[in-house]
Amino acid sequence: MSQPILVIAEQVEGVLRKVSFEALSAARELAGTMGCETYALVLGNEMEAAAAELGKYGAEKIIVAQDSALADYTTDAYCNVINDIAAQVNPGIIVLGATAQGKDLAARLSARLKAALATDCLTLRAENEQVLTSRSMYGGKIVADVALNGTPVIAAIRPNTFPVKEAQAAGKIEKPNVKTGDIKTGLLGKHLETGKVDLTEADVVVSGGRGMGGSDYSVIENLANVLGGAVGASRSAVDEGWRSPSDQVGQTGKTVSPALYIACGISGAIQHLAGMSSSKIIVAINKDPEAPIFNKADYGIEGDLFEVLPVFTEAVKKMKG
Amino acid sequence: MDILVLLKQVPDTESMISIADDGVSIKGDGLKYVINPYDELAVEQALKIREAQGGTVTIVSVGSAKTEQAIRTGLAMGADKAVLIDATGMMIDGLGTAKIMAAAIKELPCDLIFAGHRAVDDDNYLVGPATAEFMGIPNISMAIKAEVQDGAIVCQCTVEGGTKDVKAMLPALVTTQRGLNEPRYTSLPGIMKAKRKPMDVKTVADLGLDAAELKPLVTIKSMSQPPERKGGRMIEGDSVQAKVAELVRVLHEEAKVI
Repeated sequence: MSQPILVIAEQVEGVLRKVSFEALSAARELAGTMGCETYALVLGNEMEAAAAELGKYGAEKIIVAQDSALADYTTDAYCNVINDIAAQVNPGIIVLGATAQGKDLAARLSARLKAALATDCLTLRAENEQVLTSRSMYGGKIVADVALNGTPVIAAIRPNTFPVKEAQAAGKIEKPNVKTGDIKTGLLGKHLETGKVDLTEADVVVSGGRGMGGSDYSVIENLANVLGGAVGASRSAVDEGWRSPSDQVGQTGKTVSPALYIACGISGAIQHLAGMSSSKIIVAINKDPEAPIFNKADYGIEGDLFEVLPVFTEAVKKMKG
Repeated sequence: MDILVLLKQVPDTESMISIADDGVSIKGDGLKYVINPYDELAVEQALKIREAQGGTVTIVSVGSAKTEQAIRTGLAMGADKAVLIDATGMMIDGLGTAKIMAAAIKELPCDLIFAGHRAVDDDNYLVGPATAEFMGIPNISMAIKAEVQDGAIVCQCTVEGGTKDVKAMLPALVTTQRGLNEPRYTSLPGIMKAKRKPMDVKTVADLGLDAAELKPLVTIKSMSQPPERKGGRMIEGDSVQAKVAELVRVLHEEAKVI
């Protein structure tokens, strides 16, 4: 295939998200097997520094679409500009991260380009020029091997799933003229907690469930902090109003696959297990020795989380200290 | 204000899912089917806006005869009427569903559309924004607040690490996220009334679409279940301190995750 793979990098406040490097590394690997080039595209305002960073991960060409109207994501402006660039570049495959923004963009682009889309891809490969990916369905209860037909096709990869690999390549920067076109959506404001590790990108997730008994999550937060991790919650904790729905792990929340998942006071309902079973190591802390979560955990501690977690936090601090 | 809700029927999230003999679909027998939880939020939000501003709420669904059950639940919540596009036996991917939705909506008065941000069966995150694209209207994804203000919809949306406030001119399509509202329960009078509410059943051909343009671009080659996790080891010890010390040791030395 001579058509290049186009990677759409994602920036927040001018800083590239880690999943952008994961997407570029995955694309580069696929390009190697298909004998095609890899291009990276970044949209924003004053993106030169970010663009140079993309050069380290093996992009032959780095397309920088700059406009003050692209500083923040809007579905319309981004879709219009990417549509124009896709028409020039003629990519066979478009790869991006399955973030909130990435999923919105991928869906809209899929319809505009009449392109097959797979979201939350766990693997990416090609056989006889056909793109194949495995992706999770039913909130992680099923993994489907899926063929993407036609051209281009779009793969939105799950964050924290593909390794980041540095690679040498030309990294030629191009700055095409952009037209943001007809924009019917506008950003009024944003409330971002900077420096906070996102649940889906965290290496460690500490989750609290019904056993928390209330909205005071300080024991969970303290442990997450010393481990550099993120805080999650079960559906029942969210239903009780103890945590925001954006913290929910499970089939009706987020699917996470950290290196370490610590489930505290979570019994282990099917729909919760679906969202965290792909974690590398699972630790369960629960008062109830019969809790089903212990059947899925690599390590279990039977005990009161309010006694165990502060000791756990201190022990980690000491170890790291 | 005429509000539409895109609704899908899915297996209940507490269901155990197993793979059918064909290897590319799931066993449907014995599963409890419900409204996709995110679509339930969509119905509720549409009803809230209708209650405040007047108008109609119409459910639009692509499915089969059994989908009527989920639609009737939406009608029992308070929606006024429904359109079911019966696509029994057709292989359709997410983009195909969006094409059908857009064609069905063309025949309906529409100021505002709500849809779940994803269906919890195929987890595609596709039909909402793609339907908006085929209709040529704006979309807003993953709203936890949605208010109509002067001919526009203003939403607060979840993104990684926070929220964004986004506005779109009507007509527009908004996808829902948990936190938007608490869907109401159906009442017995509501359920009785729902039985008599109008539900149009149409075929894809009725909408002027032919099978060729709905040919799926995404095909499932095989399905598997992720490897079953087995229970590991219970950490024993005389005290909380002893248990934690052992846990930290194994996480550091054996699992090497901290």
